[in-house]
Amino acid sequence: MLGGKSLQIATRALGTTTVFDVTGDIDLANSPEVRKALLGEIREKKTPKVVMNMTKVRYIDSSGVASLVEALKASRDVGNRLLLVGLSPAAREVLQLSRLLKIFEVFDTEEAALAS
Amino acid sequence: MTQGQLLRVELPSDPSMLCVVRAAMERLTEALGFTESEVRSVTRAVDEALTNIMRHSYGGALNRRIELSCLRIHRKRAKSEEGFEIRLVDYGPKIDPAKLRGRKLDEIKPGGLGLHFIRQSMDIVEFRRARGANVLRLVKYLAQEGRDRN
Repeated sequence: MLGGKSLQIATRALGTTTVFDVTGDIDLANSPEVRKALLGEIREKKTPKVVMNMTKVRYIDSSGVASLVEALKASRDVGNRLLLVGLSPAAREVLQLSRLLKIFEVFDTEEAALAS
Repeated sequence: MTQGQLLRVELPSDPSMLCVVRAAMERLTEALGFTESEVRSVTRAVDEALTNIMRHSYGGALNRRIELSCLRIHRKRAKSEEGFEIRLVDYGPKIDPAKLRGRKLDEIKPGGLGLHFIRQSMDIVEFRRARGANVLRLVKYLAQEGRDRN
């Protein structure tokens, strides 16, 4: 209805790593977009390391968390890695509430994720 | 206007409205004196409840009616204890109460987390069917610190 672009996903290729720079809130309106981007990189391109830079994601809902879990499972299926960077308080809270924080590789900075 | 009423709106069951409601919930709860963490809790609960209505009650239809009202309330027998109540009304089919329990968290799988987030974020979560509508009542009480700020 509003038709605005509330989420932006920019992609950077750094050798065998792909970084998704996500800006905006992830909710029911756009989590399918996040899911599609992540699964395309993991299942189709089989990129060894995918970094989800969430520094500019202020909010993520349960549908966004579901997309991350699905992407993590896909990355494990193909033997690759999905890393999360820069979780906001709200994003960290929902992963803690769902007891999922411990299953993800989470880093404070992109440098730390790339060096891991 | 109902006593204590702060906001009453009708919105379509369109996910693009979620960010609008989140912004309103954040401003209202901040103004009432909730902490940053509590503001996030209430905002998350309302967002997840609306998401459930859009996905499950209305099956993804974009133009069905949702009523949202927010009230300032006092806990019964404790007039000094203030709270924030949100009522969400939709006109979808009757919901099976068994489906309102949410799934267990011991399995790592996508989906089924919305109800869990709502229950963990609010002090009261009540659902009832009334006059052909599903009515969800959510309440968050204000801690002493927030009452003093007000």
